[in-house]
Amino acid sequence: MTLAPEWETVVGLEVHTELKTMTKMFCGCANAFGAEPNTQVCPVCLGLPGSLPVLNVRAVDLAMAIGLALHSTIASSTFHRKNYFYPDMPKDYQISQYDLPINSGGYLDLPDGSRVSIERAHLEEDTGKSTHLGGSGRIHGADRSLVDYNRSGVPLVEIVSGPDIRSSAQAHLYASELRGILIATGASDGRMEEGSMRIDANVSVRKIGQPLGTRCEVKNLNSLRSLQRAIDFEASRQFELINAGGVVRQETRHWDEGLGETSTMRTKEEADDYRYFREPDLVDLVPDGAWLERIRDTLGAMPAERRAALRAHLTNPSPAQLDALDVVIDLGFDDYVLGAIAANVDAALAMARAANELATDVDHLANLTSDAFATTLTMEQSGQLSATQAKTVLLELLAHGGEPRDIARSKGYEQLTSAALGDTVSEVIAQHPDEWARYRDGDDKLAQFFIGQVMSVTKGQANGKAVIAELTARR
Amino acid sequence: MASPLRREDVAKVAKLARLTLSEDELDLFTEQLGQVLEHAKDIAALNLEGVVATAHPFGLINVVRDDVRRPSISRDAILAMAPDAEDGRFAVPRIIGEAP
Repeated sequence: MTLAPEWETVVGLEVHTELKTMTKMFCGCANAFGAEPNTQVCPVCLGLPGSLPVLNVRAVDLAMAIGLALHSTIASSTFHRKNYFYPDMPKDYQISQYDLPINSGGYLDLPDGSRVSIERAHLEEDTGKSTHLGGSGRIHGADRSLVDYNRSGVPLVEIVSGPDIRSSAQAHLYASELRGILIATGASDGRMEEGSMRIDANVSVRKIGQPLGTRCEVKNLNSLRSLQRAIDFEASRQFELINAGGVVRQETRHWDEGLGETSTMRTKEEADDYRYFREPDLVDLVPDGAWLERIRDTLGAMPAERRAALRAHLTNPSPAQLDALDVVIDLGFDDYVLGAIAANVDAALAMARAANELATDVDHLANLTSDAFATTLTMEQSGQLSATQAKTVLLELLAHGGEPRDIARSKGYEQLTSAALGDTVSEVIAQHPDEWARYRDGDDKLAQFFIGQVMSVTKGQANGKAVIAELTARR
Repeated sequence: MASPLRREDVAKVAKLARLTLSEDELDLFTEQLGQVLEHAKDIAALNLEGVVATAHPFGLINVVRDDVRRPSISRDAILAMAPDAEDGRFAVPRIIGEAP
């Protein structure tokens, strides 16, 4: 069921992002995903008595970078203890920021032209990770739980938006743009599948123009797809409830991806009283102007600006070309693409090769220079390499490095340059005089026949466009 | 000044702290904690005009460390201290409900 026309969905998002530091927030244990359980732990992150936290300066740098990118006010801040009992939090409190967060206010502009306000972006530490055994695998019905504290104490920034989002699609756009910013600032790798970016959605519905409705907080959104589906489900649920004369209860709800629905986790009456108080083991954080300037100087262009710069090189782009542009921005291939464009390579071709070929092997980008990328595409564009050959050369460059021309030669691709191809085309024409006559009389379909013949003779190494150029020249 | 500490406030705080108090203890702690809170009245009675809130006696700010790795401790040693462990992880009784 969708909402009636005069109704609207109102969403505010809380995005938790793990910061890409070498070490945890308050101790020197490694901050790295995927290690053997409990091999990155020490007395501080295990909450053993007598241990003392010392703040990681890099976590502060990255939090400030996020604040600058979101146009927040970066001010003096303090740390608090948020008290609760749960096995993944061994100290029985989480160190977080409460009334004085490092970043307050700000906004994020989305590609659709809308603006979403930011209420705050504060520092806090992550919890450990529980696995629940027995029963259905879900928490309810588990016999016991196993806890890994490698993640305990990993630095996080929680970014809280205003209730400005009006649809699940806009929520998706916001999360996606924010993810791009987190990657661009170097604060996060944005990997939702590894849990380094996690989202909670506050969802309510109302008649347009009326005050905000009662909201429900939806948790367990592990992908942008889940986010969008969960908001749609939750808004419909609330609307149906109200429509049937019911009242929405403020509560926390759990999204079940398999069932495609949300269910009550706990109601407001059961809500925890966290008894926040100042963390006595940490002092005030007071970023001065010089510190702020140092961070500002390290910030590159944000995705919106980079997207606009690349977009300007495309004329009437197709949806596929815009998708390629998004991948280029997401993976930071700007320099490759701009380098190729500067070498007169077609922008759409450069983006397509970056989004399709470079994206398959991002771990080996160091092997591929911007010049080698541009050279390969120039060779493709001039017909020295077919599309398939150019892709092979790029993958080879990524895997082993080297020069495009050397690779093309070693694979025998360069034999097909101009003269050789011209000879082959002439031979094929001579062998098929009838087809050639019909082609010259205007039967364009026969171009495909000749391309096929040339491909057959050259074992697929000819460039289709170059063959057509040769045919046209002789027509 | 806030209203005096009530017995149900103490019961609530005890519950949040996972403490089981007897009826006698509830009475005792309501009185004792009440006396502690009464003491705050002595400070409230002073003229604090212009006095900035103090969170730390030394006025230190920006105490940070570089983002440099230090050795973690051995998993065997740490799990040996736990009441129960399985598969390199701490084993705890079944968790009811999800993390707040």
